[in-house]
Amino acid sequence: MAQTQSQKILAAHCGQDQARPGEIVEAQVDLVMANDVSAPLVIRAFHQAGGLQVFNPQRVVMVADHFTPNKDLAAAQTARQMSEFASQHGLGQRFEGAQAGVAHSLICEQGLALPGELIIGADSRACTYGALGALAVGVGSSDVAAALITGRAWFKVPQSIRVVLTGHLPPWVGAKDLGLEMLRRLGPEGAHYQSLEFHGPLLAGLDLEARQCLASMSVDTGAKAGLFPADQVCAGYLEGRARRPWRALGPDDQAEYSQVLEIDASRLEPLVARPHSPHDVAPASQAGREPVDQVFIGSCTGGLLSDLRVAAGLLAGRRVHPRVRLMVIPATPSILLAALREGLAETLLEAGAILGPPSCGPCAGGHLGVLAAGEVAVSTSNRNFVGRMGHPKSRVYLAGPAVAAASALAGRLAGPEEI
Amino acid sequence: MLTGRAWTFGDHVDSDAIIAARYLVHNDSHLWAKHVLEDLRPEFAGQVGFGDFIVAGRNFGCGSAREQAPLALKAAGVGAVIAVSFARLFFRNAFNMGLLIFECPQAARAVHDHDRLDLDPYSGLIRDLDQDNTFQAQPVDPYLARLVSQGGLLRKVARELQDSYKG
Repeated sequence: MAQTQSQKILAAHCGQDQARPGEIVEAQVDLVMANDVSAPLVIRAFHQAGGLQVFNPQRVVMVADHFTPNKDLAAAQTARQMSEFASQHGLGQRFEGAQAGVAHSLICEQGLALPGELIIGADSRACTYGALGALAVGVGSSDVAAALITGRAWFKVPQSIRVVLTGHLPPWVGAKDLGLEMLRRLGPEGAHYQSLEFHGPLLAGLDLEARQCLASMSVDTGAKAGLFPADQVCAGYLEGRARRPWRALGPDDQAEYSQVLEIDASRLEPLVARPHSPHDVAPASQAGREPVDQVFIGSCTGGLLSDLRVAAGLLAGRRVHPRVRLMVIPATPSILLAALREGLAETLLEAGAILGPPSCGPCAGGHLGVLAAGEVAVSTSNRNFVGRMGHPKSRVYLAGPAVAAASALAGRLAGPEEI
Repeated sequence: MLTGRAWTFGDHVDSDAIIAARYLVHNDSHLWAKHVLEDLRPEFAGQVGFGDFIVAGRNFGCGSAREQAPLALKAAGVGAVIAVSFARLFFRNAFNMGLLIFECPQAARAVHDHDRLDLDPYSGLIRDLDQDNTFQAQPVDPYLARLVSQGGLLRKVARELQDSYKG
């Protein structure tokens, strides 16, 4: 039987030649992650199950990213608990203090997720590591606690949707726009229980940052995971970065897909998702001109170096509208450092941005720029449900960095071509 | 054989509707049982009988990934949830917490509120005694059935750990 990339990876990790869609398999995992939202539950469940040691201290990553630097006493206690757990169990990878950042971005950037690997995380966006050709799945805190002890987890083998990306990206159109188009086409349940597997000629031109954005956004179609092939672009990215040897597992040529979704990038223009659904997608040019109070450029789907470059390109030599707070939060410390070295930080600050410490920022409404009642935001993050970024009466438009920066300058929802 | 009455619900019953976040500050499944599904059917928690069934539409358990949702249903005495489909993380969490769930679109559409049902957990055969009708649900995978019979994932791991210490 010809197999998809997801089937191949699951089969390889449960000692079978084949993994049939729908089948339940118990498989060895390569990496287990938790963050400061899930870690307290994970640690409690670990102790409940009688856990005394973790299966492999080099394969466990716990990052406090939602509420870092500690925003209040509860966050401080959680970070302390995570730090103590890491010390007790000799965890090899720790991202505390000046190393902190968005866990998903750090795990990709630090070469901790690799092609062909099977990874679980107690966070819905753990699927981000599919950018590197891994099968990475968001699971519950008990799943992660059990895997910390046993190194294993159960999986329902998914069918896959083949997402074929073609054409060329027009000016100001990027990964977030491709992702929003995918959400528009598939809807919130379009890939229920399934994997998205990305293919097509456009991939040669999509770097690992763009792939992280798309892999992360896969979860918003109901998908279990979103995977890219471990092609030359991926291999190049991993040179000098990969922490372990790796072996790519790609799909068979004759693999069967439940559906093929083709997205022609050439036909796209900058998009937004209107409040309060990531799937209510429209061209920025036709989404109205609602006044904006805050713009957030950050998160695992919009705070990477390429996002800062696009934003700085538009903001250079201009001033943010006086009504707007522009929060720019690089996803990781190395992105912040690169932004300083490239002069992007100076450009952003001169334009009137607030530059925050690497973290999730206000993406999940927890920290560093939450919204008041009645406020409107344009955000490069990934969810805009009621109350997601603050008050239940705030409203969030999701967009790529070009629309975000243009809106910050215009003081209202605006497309980059208007600037 | 599981036997009980059906309690019907619509599509997209989310984890907040199953157990509202305001009760999560207390880590107490008995308290959750008293408030389970109260925003959708306030009479449910007080009247549900041991072994009764939830019969629901599409995407049951959507929303947050909270494990308290299946725990609250289990603590309330729910014998199984029958639905057209389940949200992915509810599917995982239900088996991990030791709650049986069945996908059966035919039953989900035909069963009326308060119908008496029989469900054979091994074959997935559902009988509606009031309508004299039967429906075939997808049987539970043997691995997941074992997980439920072991009391859920953490109990399974705890037992394996104890065995390994003895061994």
